[in-house]
Amino acid sequence: MKFINEYRDSELGKRLIDRIHHHSTKPARLMEFCGGHTVAIFKHGIRQLLPPTIEMLSGPGCPICVTANTDLDKAIALAHLPNVIITSFGDMLRVPGSHSSLQLAKAEGNDIRIVYSVQDALYLAKDNPDKSVIFIGIGFETTAPTIAASILQAEEEGINNYYILCLHKLCPPIMKALLNLGEVRLNGIVCPGHVSTIIGSYPYQFIPDDYGIACVVSGFEPLDILLCIDMLVNQIETEQYKVEIAYRRGVKPEGNKQAIQLLDTVFEVSEANWRGIGVVPSSGLRLRKRYERFDAERNFEINPGPGGEAKGCLCGSILRGVSTPLDCKLFRHSCTPEHPLGPCMVSAEGSCATYYHYGASHGG
Amino acid sequence: MEDRVLLAHGSGGKLSHDLITKSFVPILGNPLLNKLEDSAVFELSGRLAFTTDSFIVSPIFFPGGDIGKLAVCGTVNDLAMSGATPLYLSLAFIIEEGFSVDELEKIVSSIYQAADEAGVKIVTGDTKVVNQGSADKLFINTAGVGIVPPGVDISAANARPGDKVILSGNLGNHGIAVLSQREGLKFQVPIPSDCAPLNKMVAEIRETSANIHCLRDPTRGGVATTLNDFAEQSQVGIRIEEGKIPVHKAVLAACELLGFDPLYIANEGKLVAVVSPADADKVLAKIRQNQYGTEAAIIGEVVNEHRGQVVMKTSLGASRIVDVLVGELLPRIC
Amino acid sequence: MCLAIPALVKSIDGHQAEVEIDGVTRQASIQLTPEVKVGDYVLLHTGYAINVIDQEEAEETLKLLRELSEVY
Repeated sequence: MKFINEYRDSELGKRLIDRIHHHSTKPARLMEFCGGHTVAIFKHGIRQLLPPTIEMLSGPGCPICVTANTDLDKAIALAHLPNVIITSFGDMLRVPGSHSSLQLAKAEGNDIRIVYSVQDALYLAKDNPDKSVIFIGIGFETTAPTIAASILQAEEEGINNYYILCLHKLCPPIMKALLNLGEVRLNGIVCPGHVSTIIGSYPYQFIPDDYGIACVVSGFEPLDILLCIDMLVNQIETEQYKVEIAYRRGVKPEGNKQAIQLLDTVFEVSEANWRGIGVVPSSGLRLRKRYERFDAERNFEINPGPGGEAKGCLCGSILRGVSTPLDCKLFRHSCTPEHPLGPCMVSAEGSCATYYHYGASHGG
Repeated sequence: MEDRVLLAHGSGGKLSHDLITKSFVPILGNPLLNKLEDSAVFELSGRLAFTTDSFIVSPIFFPGGDIGKLAVCGTVNDLAMSGATPLYLSLAFIIEEGFSVDELEKIVSSIYQAADEAGVKIVTGDTKVVNQGSADKLFINTAGVGIVPPGVDISAANARPGDKVILSGNLGNHGIAVLSQREGLKFQVPIPSDCAPLNKMVAEIRETSANIHCLRDPTRGGVATTLNDFAEQSQVGIRIEEGKIPVHKAVLAACELLGFDPLYIANEGKLVAVVSPADADKVLAKIRQNQYGTEAAIIGEVVNEHRGQVVMKTSLGASRIVDVLVGELLPRIC
Repeated sequence: MCLAIPALVKSIDGHQAEVEIDGVTRQASIQLTPEVKVGDYVLLHTGYAINVIDQEEAEETLKLLRELSEVY
């Protein structure tokens, strides 16, 4: 596969690892913010190959993991309404809400369908004019523009039975909130790859400027990640902190202007509820008034009931990088992929699922 | 003959009889089936292997096969993986009212062809028809019986440290052939399902070596789940190498697109064999001579460490665990 | 986050394009990348092209990777 295989060259990879070993003398505590990076790192066994000076932590960049219990409860409540088709990305189905999950709601007979693309949800709305099709809109800045595009398309084509439950969240604000919490001392951040394809690298400037932390935007293939780590180590060794892009074929400093425009047209910034962290101001998206007729929350009456988290679930502090799944008493005991108690175990790129699935007994 | 299957076709009356005598027996007919008794009666002696499977694949027609071919191959292969020579199959249909008789006959033809290739006979059957909406077009159940020759002891519990792990060919073809229909993927060179009867391949490798310890066809859950079963039941560790696992590049591309891992995708015409190290090379050569095994490769070995677990050496030289499939295979967006 | 995979644009029809990776083709929306041309590579995420891959930069990165590993 072009633009993929070249970045999986094992010979180059091994030599890059040697280089990192040679150069890294100072402690480097790096957080890979994005769940996709966590999976890639585990899949290729990168943590094991790094020198002892480098410690890697996983961050909250898994849109499924950070969907608040109460928001998931809303989705489940919507699923129980008559004449409604709920559409969602696959990973959402098994996430436990306060009392149930979309998968359970599906088994109870509610019409819930997995889609690969938000466009599929739109086409479903077109094909089923007598039903209300609601798309569970999760994802960060990579995915939100696609939802924005679908809304504009719905408007253009006069599709009036199409709704979004808008649960989109933003990366730079949560990164800032996390750094402000001061719970973890970081030396560097592996910045999200495809979020940056959309927003560019300028939004991360506050990281080196205000916090003196190294910042490099990374791709997802092994050589991309190793290059990013090499660049982070370089910044840490020279104590010259800045925002750099390792993933230059996929990210421009100014991002994708068309996508940013789409976001701005359809959404406005609002507060958002991050599971395990709480409500963070200006960290989410909400449909603008002009598009409120597409907003599931404003168009359907639901009463999801009081929310609640599984007792002992450490997903919160795991998402903030304060704990690892190994610190959680439920991990591997009562909380397993077959019976997940928290979102980090369900999402394919949640820390707990990744640790479990790839057998991290010592962190990688 | 009506164009569509009606509820009456499953009720045991005249229409049922017509369906059987006009659509099934002419295609599948053999002395045992033709008697149309309540049971097929025959003599068999020795150790018997007996298996059953139900087939609910959707779509029912896919590149490289259909639910009928799948049903025969699935059951034939289950018997073959115990070292049995498959002999007779039962065939039960649950048909959704309104299903096209034409399509049903196509499927019955597929069943005949697959059975003929495998050298097995369909000797007894059943047909039920349910209301529209109560079945997804067609469900099939097959059961099969075969004879296990004396001295043959093939089991998931027999793997020993030092054994080699052989995979008979490219992973993921069946799963991707089916999934891509559902997800709107098209292939320039279509990847057909690898659905095939493997009993002849198994007979050939048993002739070559008396030291085949484990055999399984990695269907749902993929090769990852099969290897974990071996590791668990034999209480050994299994080590495989990422670079040695054969996967067609279009299947890899489809997996990347959908966010799947080929290790977990179903195969319907592949086997995993765990063989003593002395015989591994000749068994591999034998498999490669078979039309369904041309891409076979030794992908790993059985070890004494990390018992019960499967570990894969990645292309970078690191090791990571290959877990069983949990839940359903859900496409990732992230 | 986010699985996005490089794919070649084979044809364009209004807002939609046909993209291909190693012989596998799919329909994709180009609403986020209206400037795309046939022959470009795009990053495909959930059925949308989210950017056009900068092939020069791709080559530069490979060069950099080779240089960095040369010393070892």
